[in-house]
Amino acid sequence: MLHISCPWCGPRDEPEFRWGGELPLVRPGPPERVCDEAWAEYLFMRDNPKGFVRERWLHALGCRQWFVLVRSTITHEIRATAKLGESLPEGLA
Amino acid sequence: MKSNEWRLARGGRIDRTRPLAFEFDGKRYSGFAGDTLASALLANGVRIVGRSFKLHRPRGLVGAWCEEPNGIVQLEDCARTTPNLKATQVELRDGMRARSVNCWPNARRDAFAPLQLLGGLMPAGFYYKTFMWPSWRTFEPAIRRAAGLGTAPTRPDPDRYEERHEHCDVLVVGGGPAGLAAALAATRAGARVILADDRPALGGALQWEARRIDGLAALDWTASVERELRAAGRVRVLTRTTAFGCYDHNLLALSEKLSEPASTGPRERLWHVRAAQVVVAAGAIERPMVFPDNDLPGIMLASAAMTYAAQYAVRPGRRAVVVTSGDSAYEAAHTLQAAGLEISAIVDTRAEPGEPAASARRAGIEVMAGHHPLRAHGSRAVKGIEVESIRAEAGAVQEGSHLRLECDLLCVSGGWTPSVHLFSQARGPLRYDPERAALLPGSGPKSFHCTGAAAGNLALHHCLTDGFAAGREAAKAVGASRDAGRAPTTTVESAATSAFWTAPRGSRRKAWVDLQNDVTRADLELAVRENLQSVEHVKRYTTTGMAVDQGKTSNMNALALLAELTGSSIPQVGNTTFRPPYDPVTLGSLAGRHVGSLYHPLRRTPLDSWHAGHGAVLEDFGGWRRPAWYAAQGKTREDRIRAEKRAARTAVSVFDGSPLGKIEVRGPDAAMFLNRMYYNGMKTLAVGRGRYGLMLNEHGIIIDDGVCLRIAENHFLVSTTSGGASRIFAGFEEWLQCEWPDLQVLVTNVTSAWGNIAVAGPRARELLLRLETDIDLKAGAFPHLAIRCGRLEGVPARIARVGFTGELSFEINIPAGYTTALWELLLARGADLGVLPMGIEALQELRTEKGYLHVGTDTDGRSIPADVGMGALLAKKADDFVGRRSLERSDSKRPDRLQFVGLEARDPAAVLPVGGHVIGDAARRNASQGYVTSSCMSEALGRSVALGLVQAGGNRTGETVHVYSGGRTFPARIVSPRWYDPEGHHLNA
Repeated sequence: MLHISCPWCGPRDEPEFRWGGELPLVRPGPPERVCDEAWAEYLFMRDNPKGFVRERWLHALGCRQWFVLVRSTITHEIRATAKLGESLPEGLA
Repeated sequence: MKSNEWRLARGGRIDRTRPLAFEFDGKRYSGFAGDTLASALLANGVRIVGRSFKLHRPRGLVGAWCEEPNGIVQLEDCARTTPNLKATQVELRDGMRARSVNCWPNARRDAFAPLQLLGGLMPAGFYYKTFMWPSWRTFEPAIRRAAGLGTAPTRPDPDRYEERHEHCDVLVVGGGPAGLAAALAATRAGARVILADDRPALGGALQWEARRIDGLAALDWTASVERELRAAGRVRVLTRTTAFGCYDHNLLALSEKLSEPASTGPRERLWHVRAAQVVVAAGAIERPMVFPDNDLPGIMLASAAMTYAAQYAVRPGRRAVVVTSGDSAYEAAHTLQAAGLEISAIVDTRAEPGEPAASARRAGIEVMAGHHPLRAHGSRAVKGIEVESIRAEAGAVQEGSHLRLECDLLCVSGGWTPSVHLFSQARGPLRYDPERAALLPGSGPKSFHCTGAAAGNLALHHCLTDGFAAGREAAKAVGASRDAGRAPTTTVESAATSAFWTAPRGSRRKAWVDLQNDVTRADLELAVRENLQSVEHVKRYTTTGMAVDQGKTSNMNALALLAELTGSSIPQVGNTTFRPPYDPVTLGSLAGRHVGSLYHPLRRTPLDSWHAGHGAVLEDFGGWRRPAWYAAQGKTREDRIRAEKRAARTAVSVFDGSPLGKIEVRGPDAAMFLNRMYYNGMKTLAVGRGRYGLMLNEHGIIIDDGVCLRIAENHFLVSTTSGGASRIFAGFEEWLQCEWPDLQVLVTNVTSAWGNIAVAGPRARELLLRLETDIDLKAGAFPHLAIRCGRLEGVPARIARVGFTGELSFEINIPAGYTTALWELLLARGADLGVLPMGIEALQELRTEKGYLHVGTDTDGRSIPADVGMGALLAKKADDFVGRRSLERSDSKRPDRLQFVGLEARDPAAVLPVGGHVIGDAARRNASQGYVTSSCMSEALGRSVALGLVQAGGNRTGETVHVYSGGRTFPARIVSPRWYDPEGHHLNA
């Protein structure tokens, strides 16, 4: 059970949160100018790295805010969390 | 009391003033309070406690605690019958009834014993090669019945299980000398400490320790430490508590067994502990040696024999031989001698054992140095051990003379394996230490401190200083650095050990590596011969280490043997992954309080009590407890549902729609936002009006539907399905926070704040006009799909002309607390109109007649708007919305997509089965063209009606098809889904 530090509420246990997928996720548009490959990229393609990944998490049973989290997919070490739109510590952006 | 040669008259930590009666395999025995089932059996001279898993060989006790591989028992206690318990851990209770497992009728005389002769047919992995024809299934039931470690209970568990969550600065796992010292240091330094030990009392190995600590007898020292810890205030001491697993970020799971399970309290408690620092003082487990016939009853670990003598005042035999590769077994020899056993000899594999040997000789015990075990003798019990001297000259081992020693108890000590499980689960690496012949914790997570025997330090003085230092270090790491004083001290003694894994290959007789899964040395040799190289493969192929003891007494020997067989080294072989739980954990404790009605708690509407009190049959609909139908004396379910439908179609009905999702969306950008969230255009929605809309995901798939109502320019009320409310609301928040943070929109989920009553039927308006309201309900002023806000009978109300029945329908939303009063008022005022409450079964049949789709029933995970007849709207909306781009994919334009249609059975009395597949030709049943999604009998139309998803259905109206289900075929026609009132006369009344 992960121990996650919500940027607003502080450290809480994993069941309070919901995972929201890998970042960055850029929604292409407008639709008439998006080719099939670009749309497929957005829908399906993810880096899925072995190592540190940037992700979105939601503090679903707390402040209900989305935030960014940097986690190792090997050890689950959480390097950093940040509010959306804020920059992450050096070297993790 | 008649004298018992197996029980010492004095000593031990049993209470001779409290004798207990118990039963094992149907025979009555007696023991004392403080006994385990194992010690009591030994005290009664019971030597065979079970039969081995595969070959049904007679087996006796090997250990004295959780490492025990043979003494598996089933405790009989009616509904509490519990399998998979080790006799060595079961605390004896008066009236206890236990039986051995994997044998019939009992362990002493097992009908399956002849299987031993078939050992040659059942080597490792035999089930991959034999018993294959005609099918493994022919043999499987018999084979499974012949092997098994207990029977599962069949009655509901009568006990309660609790869960607790805790945080602490330092969690100390293990209450032996190292753990006690660590807990002491951390507590004195000022940290918040939890100390957990799996035994009934603290002390660990100190319970049979003769030396003094800080001048006190070991047990007195333990008691004084416990007193200090319990008085400290920020310390929690847990006994009978196993730390069985370490999970992410230092979350450890502990299983506490409460001592009096028969009383009204909980039987077990599961602790989730988030510890900033963890001290692993879990000790070490002694290893047996691998030699032919090493599984005979009477062969046990030296430390276990010592424990039985010192703690339980039991003589495990009359005449003992001790075979050892290290110093620790000498203490066992002295203890057994003091208990009155004759010690034939101590056989030490080392050429020069040093001071312990000299001390033994002074006590009159013969020591045969430089000898190793060759094979054990005996059939149902050990009778002797054959040993051989090793003369090593210039590195070559020469065989010396054989010698047979008589004994009825053989104590073996092949070394010690540190219990590093928790450290390893925390991803701590292990390294092999050849001097200590053990896998020791390497450099791992900084918050883990392995100490004592768990770090390879067997000597007591070492455990005390090492443990104290670990505790102090752990406390310091969290900022608690008050002076903890000195570490406890004791006399220094040696604790040397050496590696001895297995006797040299000579005899063809079986030498056991894993006792519980019946894995022999020959099985490992077979695996290597079949070219299985990796330790993980060899483990799974031979099943060594895979029994419920998880290889506590076998893994290390198997590793060493594998290294020898493959000509490599132990570090090269590596070890298999340690996985929780360390010791079996009951399913009950994992379920905790989430059983019965708390397993899946259902939400209740404001009218729940009224429904329950008026005959409603309440069921789970989308996580809510709702009326399926309302029962009445003397009427069948079908009668009642027909009556409810008739009331809605001909008079007036009331329906509890409170679970329907209600989301408030406000702000200057509310209209723009909703326009992006819906497939349908929402910007043009007029104030006071509503529009039915579909919501899609980015794949273009329909995920929800509902009416969007505009209360004011910047104020919308979104209604969702009752199962979709939380999901859609969460989706709104996600889009607003992550993708469009600049939109000025606020959303709030008000589903549970408002009660909802749908008043539907030709006489619905007539009924509402009998209520006091400032809302103009006349047809001209209040058209279909409009919303009006005002007051109804004095309370705030929002009334929308929407519904799911296809009749004139008003959905009244009022603050939840008023719902019951309004409901009762409507029933009272409408009695002469024939008003009836309607349940969900009736509602579903009415909406099926009307052809209203039910997302998730009439749509599946591939349905897009064009599939349900709403494709034409796409061209009329210029703006982007969620899922738009996916609707332009070629797959979204395939002509053979499943489309929403009506299905008319040729026989009007035949109700097409839901899930029945649509096939073109009655004979060719292997090509499904779709399926029936909703179906019922329609009294209003006097025939059956059905809806379905059919390939290219929109273009096949009028076509004859067949519906196949469960061996029957129904001819049918594809028609429009709008069966009832297709022009909407009732709807627009």
